[in-house]
Amino acid sequence: MRVALFVTCVNDTLYPRTGRAVVSLLERLGVEVEFPVEQSCCGQAQFNSGYRHETEPLVRRFARAFDGFDHIVAPSGSCAAMVRDNYPRIGAKARAEGRGSELADAAASVVPRTHELTEFLVDVLGVTDVGAYYPHSVTYHPTCHGLRMLGLGDRPTRLLRAVKGLELVDLPGAEECCGFGGTFAVKNSAVSSAMGADKARHITSTGAAAVCTVDNSCQMHIGGTLSRLGSPVRPVHIAEILASTEEEQW
Amino acid sequence: MVGTYLGMPAFPEAARDAVRDERLRSNLTHATHTIRDKRAKAVAELPDWGRLRAAGAAIKDRTLRHLDHYLERLEESVTAAGGQVHWAADAREANRIVTRLVRETGEEEVVKVKSMATQEIGLNAALTAAGIRANETDLAELIVQLGDDLPSHILVPAIHRNRGEIRDIFAERMADWGRPAPEGLTDSPRDLAEAARLHLRQKFLNAKVGVSGANFMVAETGTMVVVESEGNGRMCLTLPETLISVVGIEKVVPTWRDLEVFLQLLPRSSTAERMNPYTSMWTGTTEGDGPRTFHLVLLDNGRTDTLADTVGRQALRCIRCSACLNVCPVYERAGGHAYGSAYPGPIGAILTPQLRGVASELDASLPYASSLCGACYEVCPVAIDIPEALVHLRERVVEGGEVTVRGTRTTVRPARGHAAERAAMRASRWALDHPGVLRAGQRVAGRARRLAPRRLPGPGRAWTDTRDIPALPAESFRDWWRRTREKPTRESGNGTKGAGR
Repeated sequence: MRVALFVTCVNDTLYPRTGRAVVSLLERLGVEVEFPVEQSCCGQAQFNSGYRHETEPLVRRFARAFDGFDHIVAPSGSCAAMVRDNYPRIGAKARAEGRGSELADAAASVVPRTHELTEFLVDVLGVTDVGAYYPHSVTYHPTCHGLRMLGLGDRPTRLLRAVKGLELVDLPGAEECCGFGGTFAVKNSAVSSAMGADKARHITSTGAAAVCTVDNSCQMHIGGTLSRLGSPVRPVHIAEILASTEEEQW
Repeated sequence: MVGTYLGMPAFPEAARDAVRDERLRSNLTHATHTIRDKRAKAVAELPDWGRLRAAGAAIKDRTLRHLDHYLERLEESVTAAGGQVHWAADAREANRIVTRLVRETGEEEVVKVKSMATQEIGLNAALTAAGIRANETDLAELIVQLGDDLPSHILVPAIHRNRGEIRDIFAERMADWGRPAPEGLTDSPRDLAEAARLHLRQKFLNAKVGVSGANFMVAETGTMVVVESEGNGRMCLTLPETLISVVGIEKVVPTWRDLEVFLQLLPRSSTAERMNPYTSMWTGTTEGDGPRTFHLVLLDNGRTDTLADTVGRQALRCIRCSACLNVCPVYERAGGHAYGSAYPGPIGAILTPQLRGVASELDASLPYASSLCGACYEVCPVAIDIPEALVHLRERVVEGGEVTVRGTRTTVRPARGHAAERAAMRASRWALDHPGVLRAGQRVAGRARRLAPRRLPGPGRAWTDTRDIPALPAESFRDWWRRTREKPTRESGNGTKGAGR
């Protein structure tokens, strides 16, 4: 089984710790993970802002970089959802525009192999107890694309509940969007900030030490808001919790 | 704000003001959360909700695919039942037809059933300009009308008002329109409803002309269906001598039996009711019962053009239930007026730019009025993938492309004001398509990370005004991987736990 890590451009550039945690976690579970260096970005920011044609080279690059791997694992709900939901749409539109089936074929080849991290753990590896140790109270915010586009369901919380020492605290209004939304955060900053402030208030009200998500782009907005509001709650990616062991704290 | 959406600012600007209005936000949060929780319970009661939803979408899609056929069938049925059918290509034509029909009755006043189509075309303003008074009889529409206000919600047009505000509007303005509010009116729901009841009763009893929309039109029988909760619709549809219904062409369904699906989907999605309280159905005219004259004005107003768009056309499935508004975190904070049209919220953000085009700054800003969280799609009873349509329309705004305007294929140019963004998207795509460039950029950023300011200038300010920026790492993931994993003798899996950290 050849497994590739799609680290995502946000993690690569801003949150390399998360990528390293995925490598550590998967290796602990006996998976030899590779990092094809030709990878870059799924193109979500371009596509969701309306620049479909700018996204196309990135779709081709993604398919090329991950050619030959059995599984592509992404520690990001929204990047995995971009590949699974939107690559086929990009392919279909190109075909409808009379530009052949190259992009549609590229999409079809990567869609079934692309998994968000918790899907890969639960569905492909069949584990919920990854042997992690994280002695903190944690509240979980289900990010929108993981929740509603991928349908992650209770996979993340099943994994978290199996972590030794971890106390999972319910988050009020958990399923409401944090207000990030990519360029939405800047284009509609007033509404985005108001949503972020409400999310931060709910998170702080749990009294948890950390807020966990499967998506560092949302986390950048949530963490940035928490820190600006002086909240003591730390943002942490689920990979970093699952990578933690008694011997090695992340 | 008096009766027009014209000249309103783009969404972000209007939303910024709304976010600051604390009373508005608290009214909206309270109302939307109450109704969204009730809807969730009502929907959860039906084990076959998913199949009903799929059936609703399928019936609408099939009807839209053969819309020409069903509309002609409808015209035949309505005519055979004694009604008269008029075709209106746009708002102006529809308003002209209705004005003429009212004038022909010799009346100077009409009673109205709550109707989105007549809000969409601005019928009340057109009638007023022709010297005809249009009296809204739905409680919330009455509040909006008395307050010289605009609706801010499809189902609950006065959702932005609380009890105290409604009391003041009734006390101050009812006398201008008819029977004044009782002395010493309080803000108790019972008192407010009684004041409206007394005021409206006089209107119903005097009405000679009624104006309505319709939730559904049945092609095979020519039957119109109006779904409402207050009984005002029943009054307006049965008491007047002349009834004029203005209905969007997408409201047709093929057969009576199709109503079985929609009369389950609509009440649970909109008011969270198991069964709709007042469902009025009429077929043409009936001797000795109800209106003597029935006119049906079929409204296009951009719908045929929308139908030509393979992605955008799903917006025409909409049954105006408002479930998407009630779950939308953006609507909850921006309020309905910021959307600058009769159709606020997520559905408005995809419907308005199609019905009106994206030429104005406001209309071009609507597809961006969403974080793409997908809550709207999840609750939509006819499975309109609103996020998909939003992204599709964003593409129309920034890349332009082929659209249909009044039946003709036309190429639209990208909207203005996106030049800097376009350049940034191109540059970022180029860098991302050249990982060497990406890597070099990451290294520069890593080295300069201590220089990163807490507050950014220019467009970045929109981020740093309310959010801290993350600390840049010293080393990107890709560099860490190269440094620790791509040495000549490749380390094996188990031996590298935490390597290079």
